[in-house]
Amino acid sequence: MSQENETPAAKEVAQTNSDVPVTIQYLSFVLGKEEYGVDILRVQEIRSWEPVSRVPNVPLYEKGVVNLRGAIVPIIDLRERFALSKVEYTPLTVVVVLQTGSGSHTRIMGVVVDSVSDVISVDKSEIQGAPDFGTKVSNEFINGLVSVNERMVMLLDVDKLLTLDTMELIES
Amino acid sequence: MSIDMSQFHQVFFEECFEGLEAMESGLLSLDIGDIDSEVINTIFRAAHSIKGGSGTFGFTVVAEYTHIMETLLDEMRDGRRQVTKPAVDVLLGSVDCLREMLTSIQNEEDVNMESAAQHQAALEIELNGKAGGGEHAAAPVVHAAPFVVPVEEPEEEEEVDEEQGWKISFCPYLSLLKTGNDPVRLFRELSALGKLTSNVNIQDVPPFAELDPEECNISWELTLVSDATEAAVREIFSWVEEDCALELAPLAKPKKVKKPKPAPSPAPVVEAAPAVVAETAPVVAPKKAAPTESDPSKNAPKASSSIRVDTDKIDTLINMVGEVVITQSMLGLIGENFTMDKVGQLKRGLAQLERHTRDLQQSVMNIRMLPISFVFSRFPRLVHDISTQLHKKITLKLVGENTEVDKAVVELINDPLVHLIRNSLDHGIEMPADRVAAGKPEMGTIELKAYHRGGHIVIEIVDDGRGMDKAKLLAKAIEKGLVEESTIMTDKQILELIFMPGFSTAEKLTDISGRGVGMDVVRRNIQSLGGNIDIISELGKGSTIAIHLPLTLAILDGQSVAVGDETYIVPLVSIIESINITEKMLNKVAGKGETFKLRNEYLPIIRMREIFNVKSGNATKSNEGVIVVVEGQGALCGFLVDELLGQQQVVIKSLEANYRRVEGVSGATILGDGSVALILDVPGLVRLSVR
Repeated sequence: MSQENETPAAKEVAQTNSDVPVTIQYLSFVLGKEEYGVDILRVQEIRSWEPVSRVPNVPLYEKGVVNLRGAIVPIIDLRERFALSKVEYTPLTVVVVLQTGSGSHTRIMGVVVDSVSDVISVDKSEIQGAPDFGTKVSNEFINGLVSVNERMVMLLDVDKLLTLDTMELIES
Repeated sequence: MSIDMSQFHQVFFEECFEGLEAMESGLLSLDIGDIDSEVINTIFRAAHSIKGGSGTFGFTVVAEYTHIMETLLDEMRDGRRQVTKPAVDVLLGSVDCLREMLTSIQNEEDVNMESAAQHQAALEIELNGKAGGGEHAAAPVVHAAPFVVPVEEPEEEEEVDEEQGWKISFCPYLSLLKTGNDPVRLFRELSALGKLTSNVNIQDVPPFAELDPEECNISWELTLVSDATEAAVREIFSWVEEDCALELAPLAKPKKVKKPKPAPSPAPVVEAAPAVVAETAPVVAPKKAAPTESDPSKNAPKASSSIRVDTDKIDTLINMVGEVVITQSMLGLIGENFTMDKVGQLKRGLAQLERHTRDLQQSVMNIRMLPISFVFSRFPRLVHDISTQLHKKITLKLVGENTEVDKAVVELINDPLVHLIRNSLDHGIEMPADRVAAGKPEMGTIELKAYHRGGHIVIEIVDDGRGMDKAKLLAKAIEKGLVEESTIMTDKQILELIFMPGFSTAEKLTDISGRGVGMDVVRRNIQSLGGNIDIISELGKGSTIAIHLPLTLAILDGQSVAVGDETYIVPLVSIIESINITEKMLNKVAGKGETFKLRNEYLPIIRMREIFNVKSGNATKSNEGVIVVVEGQGALCGFLVDELLGQQQVVIKSLEANYRRVEGVSGATILGDGSVALILDVPGLVRLSVR
């Protein structure tokens, strides 16, 4: 186990030594007092919140669907998905449209966040694994943590985030 | 040869299948005794193009096979041979066989040589047995003969272990290349049968200065590990047989493969097979793993489907686009320095644009439209085969084959139709003797009709057979416990019983129909296409089954309804009527379920607000609102909505592309104001409400 942990670290050191730092850009956004980041290559666009058409009999965090230039795109409230306190949508509330999937089958989905804050460049070696909070906090969506200007940013796994409950069932 | 032939394969296969269809319909329309030479010519041409095409693409198996058919057809064409019923049947069988071969090749599977050889044998018996005085006929047969002989061989071979194969010594004569044969092609064919390793013998190659490039000085020792029969191997060489010395010997059979091996094995868990091969035939061993590796790729989905479009349709489309461009530039001109006095002009321009857009939409939809004959054309064959099998006399009449319908509908309607026709053939039409006894013509008739009505296509299957016995149906349903004995049912409801899962009145099962699965599947398929199916049947006179389908699956006529603040679309097809509700029409059942009385029937009510958890808007009191009477799952029911908004054509968008399937919803659409409205899945909602 410890061996496995060392090997990637050693690799990263080797990479930094050879002056080829692997940086990844993340789009960071705010939910309440927490800051999250998603891989910027997964971000298709950022839109302001607009009313959605509700879809009946689905979990509450799935707010509904909107028309995105002819495609029907679902909108998910991240606060509700992470079981944070609800807030009223304001003109500052934004929808980050993310894409997921592999190969020919990609899907797009919008997530509602409080506001978008920054684009951050993160050296891969700076990313720490998410600590295990036990059963208290689920960290299934979190890829890692990184500290930017003394703030902690949680990096989200877009694919896992956009996998809705029961969706696997439908795909199979 | 740097051209990648595989890019043309798709077209080749399409053409072949078209050719086969032409041959089939030609053969079926051949009237024994009064032969139309034009029909024979058509069949011959189709066979000839398939032969030519498959030769070009290196599918020699197909080319050789077609060659024999062609010989037979050629003699018929020249009048040297009588067209007889057995000959036609053999040819029909060959068409099937060819189709099978081509499908296998298309899917990159191995061609089933046994069935091919059998058909070929039948063809040659036909060709040789009754060589109607044609002496020329003998010549072409000769070189095809060798692979007919060992037809039964495969059975014997199968018992042998997998590691069997052939040692082939192939010494071409100097002239081989001059005859246009290329050993590389042969080897490629061979390697399709199994693992091929070769040993080249180049001693005879002269020094460069004396080398004649048109002479073949090389010979090969080939080892083929494969379970192919000798016939299959020889067949590959059949074109070059006269130009080479060919020796075939079976490989030494290895010791029993699964014999426990004392020798140290690096991976004892793994089945010892590869190691054994290494002992007996070292040359072959390293490549053993290859076939299994390539297997998954064979299952990869085939190339995307394509569609052939009439050039007329494309021309119309281009004209239409031209009109739109002109209108657009006209509008641009008006907008450039707009003054109020140009309002009239602007309005006219916009009206024109609207008209053109609608036309354009229509033309684009038209491209997806195919004549229903794509489906119908298969049925003469089906009827021909099954009626022969059942010893019944049946003619099939096709009406309205040129009715156009969406490609997706064409693809999906085939299976249900096959099922219905089989039913008519098997249960509907009586035996000739029974028909005569009943005072009907001996020849039964099945009519397959297609026509447009409203925004729908209607397909009818009409037979003049024995019809359905309603009393018997009801008795059967009661016996199976599908309905209560005391239930009073209308005639229509009784006929609908045949759509119940597991319902079959056939006394005995045949391989044609009567397994009791089917009609429910047929109905579900048709409903999934947004259509419905009706039966009219009269005992002793026959049955009519009518299928109503939407013309296209991309656009739907919808009624938009309001539920709270939300808008939903109800497909117009499923709406019977809409009525304003009044208090006295409502009745509670057991305090929960609600029904209302529509004229003389009590129908269940589904409250859209409850089933979709709509909280917005003012809650409608039970005595306000509109009931939309719909038909779902074969029964009527009422959806209680707040308001009817209007009827419109909506473009169906998939909800699943980015999202998920939602129960009670079949799709979504975008309304005029850009917002999304969900389209209701009526049968799904009915199911949802029952739970």
